This record gives sequence, structure tokens and C-alpha cells, in this order.
Amino acid sequence: MTSDRNTLPADHYLKHGWDLKSWLLTTDHKRIGLMYLVSITLMFAIGSLYAGLVRWNLLVPDGSHMSAEAYNKAFTGHGVVMVFFFLIPSIPATLGNFLIPLMIGAKDLAFPRINLLSWYIYIVGAALTMWALLTGGLETGWTFYTPYSTVFAESNVAVAAVGIFIAGFSSILTGLNFIVTIHKMRAPGLTWFRLPLFVWAHYATSIIQVLGTPVVAITILLVALERLFHFGFFDPNRGGDPILFQHLFWFYSHPAVYIMILPSMGVISEIVTCFSRKRIFGYTFIAMSSLAIAAIGFLVWAHHMFVSGMTVYSAMVFSALTYLVAVPSAIKTFNWTATLFRGSVQWDTPMIYVFCFIGLFLVGGLTGLFLGNLGLDVHLTDTYFIVAHFHYIMVGGAIMGYLGGLHFWWPKITGRNYIESWGKVSSLLVFVGFNLTFFPQFVLGYLGMPRRYHAYPEEFQILNVLSTAGATILGFGYIFPFSYLTHSLLRGKPAGDNPWGAKGLEWTTQSPPKTHNFDEVPVVTEEPYHYAAEHEDHARG
Amino acid sequence: MAEIAAHGGETHHPALQHHFTSLEQQREASTLGMWVFIAQEILFFGGLFGAYTVYRTLYPEAFSAGSHHLSWKIGFFNTLVLIGSSLTMAMGVYSAAIGKKNRVVGFILATILLGGVFLGVKYFEYGEKIRPCLGDGSHAGCLVPGARFDAAALHLSGAEAGQVQIYYSLYFAMTGLHALHMIIGVPILLTIAWFAWRGRYSPEYHTPVELVGLYWHFVDIVWIFLFPLLYLIGHH
Amino acid sequence: MSPAFPLAPERASSVAPEVDALFLFILGVTGIVALGIWVVMLYFAIRYRRRSEDERPPVIHGSLALELTWTIIPLLLMGVMFVWGSKVFFHLSRPPDDAMTVSVVGKRWMWKLQHPTGQREVNELHVPVGRAVKLVITSEDTIHSFFVPAFRIKKDAVPGRYNLAWFQATKTGAYHLFCAEYCGTEHSKMIGRVVVMEPEEYQVWLAGGPAPESPVLQGEKLFTDLNCITCHRMDDAGRGPLLKGIFGRTVKLASGEEIVADAAYVRESILTPAAKVVAGYQPVMPAFQGQVNEEQVLALIAYIESLRTPTPSTPAPPAAARTQARGASTR
Repeated sequence: MTSDRNTLPADHYLKHGWDLKSWLLTTDHKRIGLMYLVSITLMFAIGSLYAGLVRWNLLVPDGSHMSAEAYNKAFTGHGVVMVFFFLIPSIPATLGNFLIPLMIGAKDLAFPRINLLSWYIYIVGAALTMWALLTGGLETGWTFYTPYSTVFAESNVAVAAVGIFIAGFSSILTGLNFIVTIHKMRAPGLTWFRLPLFVWAHYATSIIQVLGTPVVAITILLVALERLFHFGFFDPNRGGDPILFQHLFWFYSHPAVYIMILPSMGVISEIVTCFSRKRIFGYTFIAMSSLAIAAIGFLVWAHHMFVSGMTVYSAMVFSALTYLVAVPSAIKTFNWTATLFRGSVQWDTPMIYVFCFIGLFLVGGLTGLFLGNLGLDVHLTDTYFIVAHFHYIMVGGAIMGYLGGLHFWWPKITGRNYIESWGKVSSLLVFVGFNLTFFPQFVLGYLGMPRRYHAYPEEFQILNVLSTAGATILGFGYIFPFSYLTHSLLRGKPAGDNPWGAKGLEWTTQSPPKTHNFDEVPVVTEEPYHYAAEHEDHARG
Repeated sequence: MAEIAAHGGETHHPALQHHFTSLEQQREASTLGMWVFIAQEILFFGGLFGAYTVYRTLYPEAFSAGSHHLSWKIGFFNTLVLIGSSLTMAMGVYSAAIGKKNRVVGFILATILLGGVFLGVKYFEYGEKIRPCLGDGSHAGCLVPGARFDAAALHLSGAEAGQVQIYYSLYFAMTGLHALHMIIGVPILLTIAWFAWRGRYSPEYHTPVELVGLYWHFVDIVWIFLFPLLYLIGHH
Repeated sequence: MSPAFPLAPERASSVAPEVDALFLFILGVTGIVALGIWVVMLYFAIRYRRRSEDERPPVIHGSLALELTWTIIPLLLMGVMFVWGSKVFFHLSRPPDDAMTVSVVGKRWMWKLQHPTGQREVNELHVPVGRAVKLVITSEDTIHSFFVPAFRIKKDAVPGRYNLAWFQATKTGAYHLFCAEYCGTEHSKMIGRVVVMEPEEYQVWLAGGPAPESPVLQGEKLFTDLNCITCHRMDDAGRGPLLKGIFGRTVKLASGEEIVADAAYVRESILTPAAKVVAGYQPVMPAFQGQVNEEQVLALIAYIESLRTPTPSTPAPPAAARTQARGASTR
């Protein structure tokens, strides 16, 4: 049943109940995706408020805008909320949940009830952590380095640690669900190499989630135990080793950054092909590069520890592997760019976000080459160069991809269009604001400004003021999509099944889709992104 | 005895969940799901095994002293009990496969019973280490790491007093985590036993029994590693 | 680089130009790559902008040749970066033999330093220009990090172990010293200066103030005050091993293992002596953990090191450089 462009379809997943019960007890992956969307948007707002506090304090060199304790709690809150409660779930829990069954022709994920459980676990973890942050706060940094966090911190370390521990299981269960779904529930004819690259990206991400998260879970549990019962694992006065904590922590937290970026890369692949109306260039290479990133990503963790006292030879091993992990990301970037060649490029909002992603992820990824370099990392580590590097990837990369994906699939999720001109304006604001915020930080870092500083030498002030100005613009930039997307829920024009003319099974359903997605099980016979060629006749949509 | 439900003309097994296209697909998906979960569990325990490896390499004598102080006989008894419970669990799965409902219930209850014995022994083991730490007065014999730890009971002092506390931290963390997994397993086993009693399983469909069996065997295997690493160091 | 708007700190050490050169190389390579991709991307996006809804782009699946090219060339470039970076890192990690040793103890929230001649400083380090300085770094509490941007050096101060760093200042002046590992409330106040002086001025500075006690003398005093001398007599008849000449030598332990008696080993033997007892001796030495602080330990080490036979105390024996490679901790 198709929908025409003037009305929404008669029956769709949002129509089956609007009371609380129909949402809180749903097992529909689409509704769960939406519940996650609301939750993580709230967490993003909280994380952004913390960021605002941080940048406001850094306007003046003497730190007079707030006490050192308050500042330390602000940057810790920013990191904890953004990493564990926004970035890690973001695309997989919202777009992944919503789209993966649709993309593979299934009625739902393999374990719909576990999917709902995942969301509840996330909420409990978030609530507990927020409670810890708001009553007393946390000032260890999101990295919880010992022995500071276990012996010296005077804040709600144990409670926050437990909250994060709990939230980790949400991530694990989502990953587990995706792996089984992708393996076992593909529609007839949908072989592995006909899968959309969005699915490949989530498959690789899920492997990392399942194998990496348990390690940080047990590590953070040990921190909590040490806080509560004074066990002494990481306390050198009792034979413990603080560096062991760093190894255990980074063993997860490095692959975690690939959890944050891989799904976004999947989104980029989907948008770039649709808005070039052309097959993706190098499909197999892009698919395999996702797996390569997941695998090699587990082997580079100690590049966060080059100045901790490791031997030169260990450091060389990790530096070499770090350079190696850059290669698959480079391959993706080249392939996306090549897809544009002789395409039919449409400059709509999702595609603008693709341009932003490629441009900014490039900077983030290339600055990783500076940091993986042993000779340079000694100077650059623990400075604002690092802060700039990961924000270029997380915000310039991951969040741009997230926004692009939200805009791309918004018509499918809600059945409605947003106002295109607002989309373009917002993306411009975000792009400008972002660069103004974070590019100065590369310079600050090379000049030697350490991170997590409440007050700093006067000569760093100009760059900090520029950065705060940029953050203000960036904040406004993010408020706009929130506003006009919400507005479209009420007033947006019905979009129709496939407003973009995209390939992919999700676009063969109505917008919004029915609860059970497909009336008949689709059978796949074509390669992915089979846009009609020059000499072929084509059917619309 | 499989009942076939009717749904608008189509018939399918009552246990088939609607988002799956066949019971076969559902079984494969559930099985893969349990294996992925177990992979995750291996990494979860893996962090502790990693920490154990590091510290044992650094402090071999302290670890030896700590291990010596545990009763290997109790540990061995518990190992036999747990292996026995894996045996009864395997028998339960087999019984489900051949459709003997009563035996399924019986074997699962036996598994729970043996698990209970294991946990009871652990309670006793923990008790004799923890009880001396409570209250005021002398804490002689306290083996909980921290201010009240009684290193003299192990004839240790100085650096090794701290190092053996790391051993005991790992002892409590690893066996505690393991015991937690068993405690969680018990209500799950009870649920499966209940469903079996109600006739939900058959030779065509007994996947939940298989998968819970898989989980239980995994918990057993973790103990098979824990026992020698914690109880048998230095016993040549 | 305009001094009005600097893009890099001053280059004040022998290794700073190396680091900057490496930085510029990578900046150049990555800059060209980034520029290239931006230009190509925007060019394609504009050149192939959709002008009609009837456009049907060609079917292009990919190109193995291109994939190989843009995999191998980046790998080669990164290989160069890796090798060059490793070389610089080696250089940063190997202090010259004639470096003078300064001990650094980080403590919330100050840096405590001591010169080989005994002068102590807090949050400041005066050094002569043109002289190699080796830093033995540790912490009394949390992890800190000793960072001097102008020298391009940084090393974590980790409690329970010694980390080494070194520099040779090439320009007089005062340079920022920062703590670069978050350590609590006043982390951003744990800053100071490294003051590089002409050699003559440095001598004057050394001589100024009350005559300080060298760490060796302090250590000798502690050795007597704490009664170490009772068992570690200067002849071979004590209940403890003879310490004369032991520093830097290989000793055999009761466990059969052989180990170099470097700074980390001496520290461990003072604080927790039962850990590694020398073969042939009873484990009767009392533990001094809690009775001596990190600076006193460093003084005792300096004294024991000075007991090496005939030549007077020469700083920076090769064994001490191994302190970083050893130590009772994981990498």
C-alpha cells in the first residue's frame, strides 16, 4: 500500500496506540528507536549545557567565572554524558533500531523484547549517573584515571561508575540483537554483499560493542569496588598498579570511538549514493573496511599511554598499528568522493551534511596521524590538540552524520517533510560554529595549553575566546534542527513513500511504515544501490 | 506433542514468534544470540583474568601464600558438585530432545539443587573469611582486603601483606562474579522447569532448554578455570 | 611565525627543532591530502550538480587500480611518518651519559625538584644552557605529568615508579612548566617555570642561598639515622648485603632470578624489602614504607649510588636509564 504525496497512509506504526502503555511496553523496533531518540536528545542537551559551562569559564584566563571544583565537575559531566549517554547509543539505538529490520526485509529485530529491555537499562543507567552528577557531582574526568578516582576524588565516583556500568549492558544487548538479526533475518535473496553499507557498518559496530564493552564494565566495577571497599587493585601503596587501569580502560575506550564513528560512516555511504543517484564506488572495499576498522581498532589502545612510561619498543608497536588503522578510514573517504564523479548530485540537506562530514572527518582523521606519531605525541598528548582532534571526529564527523541521517530518513520515520531551507541554514551555522570552536584548539594544543585546565596563562586567551564564540554559534546551530524537525511533526507536508528516489528496501514501504513493516516478505534480486544506468528505462521510485 | 495454532488460515507452531518466518529461523537466531552473549561473558570475565595474570606474575609468593590458605578440598568438592550439575543439565536437555517432560523437570531441579549446594558451600567459605572482619574488637582471621585485613594469619608482613590483599581482592571479585552468575541462573532454571512441567517443550521445540543449558555449562567452565588458578597455586 | 600570533612555543631545547620539523612534514603531507580531497569533492559536487531530473549517471562499480593506489601510497607515507617519529622518540628516550640528574616529585599540587648538588626548588627549575639534564620523575599521590612545551618534552609522574625524561636547553629564558595529567582541584595551578641561564649565572645561582646539602650527603645522614648501617655495614660482615659498589650491578635473588640493582630496585628494597631478597640473606630487613618520603628515598638512592668504587659520584650511570625499562609495573 503506497501513500500519495498529499496524505499520510491510513495505517502506520504510530497509529497503534498513543497512551503511555503502548510506548513503554512496545516491542516495535520503530517505537523503541523513537524512545531512544527522545532520550538521547535529552542527554545531548544536558551534555551541551555542561559544554556551555566549560566554554564560558574559559573566556577568562584566571578562571574567575566559577570555582575549580565546579569547572572540574563541568568537564567531567560533559565527557561522561556525551560519551556514554549520547555518542555510543546515538545512531545505532535510533536509526539502527529503526532501519535495520526495514533494510533487510524483516518484521523486527531478532529479539524485540531484549530491545525494549535495552532501552530500560539505558534509562536506569542514565538516571543513576545523572543523579550522581547532580548531587555532589563527579570530577575525575570521564576517564576515571587511578589512583585519583579510587583514592583521592571527593565525589560520587562509585555511584556514577555503577550507572555507567549499567548503561554498558544496554550497548551490549543492542549489539547482540543487531548481530543475530543481520545473520539470521535477511530477506530471501539478500546475500551479504547485497546488504546496504549502513548494515555493514552496524554489524562491525555491534562486534565492537559486544566484545569491548564488557571489559570496561568489569574495569569500572573494580573502580567502584575499590572506592567502596578499598580493595587496592590500582593503589601503588598496596602493591596495585595504576597503569593497569589505563590498559584495561583503553582496551574498550579506544574501540569505543569506532562504535561512535562507524555507524555515521554507514549513514554517509547511504546518503552519498542516493544523492548522486549512482552506485557507491568500491562497495566491497567500504564494507570490508568497516570490519578492518573493528578488528585493528582493538589493537591500538596504548597509543593513549605513550608518555606513561612504556618501553620504546611497546610504543613503536602501538604506533605502527595506529597508522595501520587509519588506512581503512582513508579508503572510505576516497570511495565516497569517487562516488560523486559523474553523478547527479543533489544539494539537499542530507548531502550538505555529507560534505561537512567528509571535510571535517578528514581533519579529525588526519590529525590522528600527528598523534599516532611517537615523536609528536610526547608534545601533543594531554593538550588541546587532542581535544580538537577528537571533537573533529565526534562532532565534525559522527554528529554531522547523525544529523544527515536524521534528515535523510525523517520522511520515512515520520511520514513528513521538514522545511528544506531551514535545513540548509542550520547546516551552515553548525559548520561555521563548529570550525570556529575547535580549529583554534589545534593551535592552543601545539602552543602547549594542557587540557582540563580551569585557569590558563594569559597568552592563550584570544584563542579561547574565539573558541567560546564558535561554541555559541554551534549551540544555536543545533537548536534549529530540533525546532524545525519537531515543527514538521505537526505541520510538515506528507512525504510519500520515497521522496528522495532512493534504493533500499526501507524505501519500498509506506511512510511511516506499518507496524509489521512489510505486507509480503520482499525478495531481493538486485545489487545494492541499483540506480538505473544511462541507457535503461527506469520506473520512478 | 506439538500443538498447531491457526492464524487466519495459516498454521504454525505456538512457540513461533511472529517476527520470525519459521521455527527453524527462530531456533538459529536464539542459538546465535546465546553464543554472542557467551562471547561477551568471556570478555567480561576476561578483564579479571587479565588483572589476575598481571598481578600473579608480579607477586608469585603472595599469591602462593594466599592460595595455600584456601581449602583446596572444599574447592575440589565444589568443582565436583558443579560438574555434576552440568551433567544433570545435559541430561535435562537430552530429555527435552526425546520428549520426556517429567525427566526434564527432574533433571533441572537436580541441577538447581547441586547449584544450591555449590552456593551454600561458597556461603560458608565466604563466611569464615568475612565474619572476623565484622564488629569491633580483634579482627584476627579477617581476610577481606582493607584496613582490617589480617595478614599475620598468613604469616605475611610488609610488602607481601599488601600483595596478598590483591590476591584476595581478585578471589572475592572472581568467585563473587561467578556466584552472581549462578544466582541469576537459578530463577531462570526454575522458569524453564516450570514451562517444561506445563508441557511447553517438545522434540521439535526445546530451544530454551538447550540455551539455558549452554549458559549453565559456560558458568561451569568459568569455575573450572577459577579453581586451579585460585586454589591450586603452589601445590606441586 | 609572527611573534604577535605564535603558532608554536619557542624552541628552547636541542630536540625541539626535530619535533617541529617532523610536525611540519606531517602538516605538509596531511595538508596537501586534505586540500586535495576538499577540492576534488567540491569540484565533483559542483561539476556534476543535478540539472535535470532525467539524468542517469553511468554504472561504475569501482576500480581496483584506484583502490590499490590510494591504499599503498598512504601506507608508504605513513611508513615514513612512523619511522621518523620513532627516531625522534628514541632520541627523546635516551639521555646522554653525561646528563646531570634532577629529581622531580609531583605532589598535589606542586612540583618538588632537587639538583644533584642538593638545591631544592618548588615549581621552578634552574638549569644551565647547553647542558643535558636528566629528570627522574615520580609522584607522591596521583598521576601527574611533567610538561615543558618549549622543550617539547612530557612524561607522566606515576606513584610507585620512576619515569625518565631529559632535555638540553639551547636558549636562555624562562619557559612554562605545566602539569599535564588531571590531578584534582588545583591541577591548573600546578604550573611553574624552567629558567635557563648562562653557565656562569647558573653557578652563581647555585652558590646563592644557604649552602645546601647534596642528596648524597642527605642520603648518608639518613643511612645513619635510620640505622641502615647496622646491617649494611661497610665491610662484608653485616646481616644485609654489602651496598658498596652494588648500584648498577647484577644481583642474584633468593628466588633464583637475576636482577640489576637500579634505582627502582633500591627503592623497592627500602620500602618493601621482602619483595626481592638477595640470595644468601635472610628476609629480616624491616620495611620503611610510610617512614620515608619520596625525596628521602631519592637521597638514599643517591648515597648508595655514590658508594660505587673508586670514582666519585658520576651522575647517570647506564643502569639508571634502565629504570624506565624496569620497574614493578606493567607497560
